[in-house]
Amino acid sequence: MIYWQMLGIFFRLGLFTVGGGYAMLPLIQAEIARYGWITAEEFVDMIAIAEMTPGAIGVNTATFVGFRQGGLFGAFVATTGIALPSLLVVVAVSKVLDRFREHPLVEAILFGIRPVVAGLIASAALFIAQAAIINSEATGFLSIDLLALGIAIGSGIAVYRYKVHPIAVMVCAGIAGLVLF
Amino acid sequence: MYDELDKGRTNQISFLLEIFTTFFRVGAFTFGGGLAMLPLFEREVIENKGWVKKEDILDIYAISQSLPGVIAVNASTFIGYRLAGVPGAVAAISGVMAPSLIIIVAIASFFTQFRQNFYVAKVLHGVRAAVAALIFLAAYRIGKASLKGAFGVITAAAAFGITLLTDINVIYIILAGGLLGVMASKVGLGGGRQ
Repeated sequence: MIYWQMLGIFFRLGLFTVGGGYAMLPLIQAEIARYGWITAEEFVDMIAIAEMTPGAIGVNTATFVGFRQGGLFGAFVATTGIALPSLLVVVAVSKVLDRFREHPLVEAILFGIRPVVAGLIASAALFIAQAAIINSEATGFLSIDLLALGIAIGSGIAVYRYKVHPIAVMVCAGIAGLVLF
Repeated sequence: MYDELDKGRTNQISFLLEIFTTFFRVGAFTFGGGLAMLPLFEREVIENKGWVKKEDILDIYAISQSLPGVIAVNASTFIGYRLAGVPGAVAAISGVMAPSLIIIVAIASFFTQFRQNFYVAKVLHGVRAAVAALIFLAAYRIGKASLKGAFGVITAAAAFGITLLTDINVIYIILAGGLLGVMASKVGLGGGRQ
């Protein structure tokens, strides 16, 4: 892919990510669907790596996609692309930054965008669940990978109910996968 | 005279380098991003450097969440810009992102060969299931705050349904959400109450 086109795509990813790294996932998923960058499973693996390695999740995921598309320079272009909107917006509104958050228009826009982002992430979660616990070689109820579903439910309970660190949960899920599958 | 100018420039460059290395440490020692980065910002930027007051960091974080972009990058840009203008912002962004670039490129280089491995495939099969659960929880956490009223619930459900059933670009759905928020506040549905 041409680098300046990549820069444009990642700039857009940065610009429309509102509310942190997870909000970038539905956007990346849409770009993947459009350009056929990577498979659904690779996308999920990529998120796992982004979570388990140091750095912001949004930055890690973008770097990964950039590297897969254009090597080392692609990774550099991707990180530059997602950081540029931050730089431009912060510099542009820096004078009014302290009043910015309390501005009624900003509050109104975020009031509408926040539930949308929640809905979009839920939709991305469904896409991820499909790649993670649906066996594509079977149909109907048989296609549900019950072991994977069990690991997913167990992981969810461990993180939500018992506050286990997500990285510890992913490591345990990996060990469970090694033993069970 | 030239000596002084050179000295000023050297000082400026060494300050930018200091900004870079400080934010590099923030990027290198945070797992999970977002709010997980807050304690690192406190240790490196507040306690070690005294660049930001402790009560200011929460404000910086709140503003960073309202601006477009990755939260940690926004916060770094904000602090870097306050310290040394645009060059400072660039130094801070480069610093906080450099560890990701190095680590992810190193992993991604080997990953394509590794993931075909018999045992690695089994491990990944399990990890993917955990990731699915984590993303559902992320949606729930983000939703919890904004799904209090009917407006939030309906908007979230609509966004969810539209992405599942149509090919409409996600960006348009986000823009529509912002527009809906403005319209809702005009008829007194919220906005200010959050």
